[in-house]
Amino acid sequence: MPKFSVEIIIEGKKNARDPEGETIMRDLMIKHGYDMVESVRSGKILKVNLEAKDENEAEEICLKMVNELRIYNPVAHMCVIKLVK
Amino acid sequence: MPMNVVVIQFSGSTCDRDLVNAMRNVMEWDVDFLWHEKAMKNLEKYDAIFLPGGFTYGDHLRAGIIAAFTPVMSKVKERAKEGVPVLGICNGFQILVESELLPGALIGNETLRFSCKWTNLRVETERSAATNIAKKGDVWKVPIAHGEGRYYLDQKGLKELNDNDQIVWRYTTESGELTKEANPNGSIENIAGICNLEGNVVGLMPHPERAAESTLSPWETEDGKFYFQSIEKFLRRS
Repeated sequence: MPKFSVEIIIEGKKNARDPEGETIMRDLMIKHGYDMVESVRSGKILKVNLEAKDENEAEEICLKMVNELRIYNPVAHMCVIKLVK
Repeated sequence: MPMNVVVIQFSGSTCDRDLVNAMRNVMEWDVDFLWHEKAMKNLEKYDAIFLPGGFTYGDHLRAGIIAAFTPVMSKVKERAKEGVPVLGICNGFQILVESELLPGALIGNETLRFSCKWTNLRVETERSAATNIAKKGDVWKVPIAHGEGRYYLDQKGLKELNDNDQIVWRYTTESGELTKEANPNGSIENIAGICNLEGNVVGLMPHPERAAESTLSPWETEDGKFYFQSIEKFLRRS
């Protein structure tokens, strides 16, 4: 069975304040000369290696898993699944 | 009145013994204190189920999520549907939210810090299992101890909570005013605790078990007792 790597990226919804992202932008990036930065959102990445028939199935398994196991809380978070080529 | 209640212990529960102490030594209840796998076997016999505070499974991924998937929680959901009071304190509240027994999410404090201090809680409804001896507007002194206690819900959900009288406590000043400063974690609308539609499932971030004896309070208050006395009254009625 072929092996695939998938990144599951969990990020807070835009309406919920992200003080970590705000602090990184304000006190690190902008204060140290990167004042072109307009926004930063912090989040969490799960790097998953798995076996699947093909790329589509690898993504489908991850999609099913994140919803079934509430890998993100849909009330507060958004979740993106990215196949790593 | 004999009280047949259970406190469920998970891997990483840390406020379980404080809760049992308040129940046994302050309230004089009979309490079973059970590991979650054992609790699963005879959950039918209890009049009320308590999920204590702590850091179950190290808060990994998100506070409460891994405990929410333990088999005992399926049984807890069944009992909740039958109208049995299910009370979650702090991490217990996070487990209730992640089990979808209560709506919303508890995300990282806006301060980015773990916060351990006394707060003032204004009772917003008398109909929940944990507030029915209180009067709407009463203010209780109860401490918090959490890093992920910021209650969040979208505007539609928030409207439903308000319309259905499901907001049980809000963080306020000592005199009951709703201010930004009184909100210790950035919770939306200063929400500290909520209940389900029926009022039998109640989640609260602060710790009433740490406020039930005057010796634990700088003001010698015992406001946490109102929480337990309400549950006693709720059970007597049902």
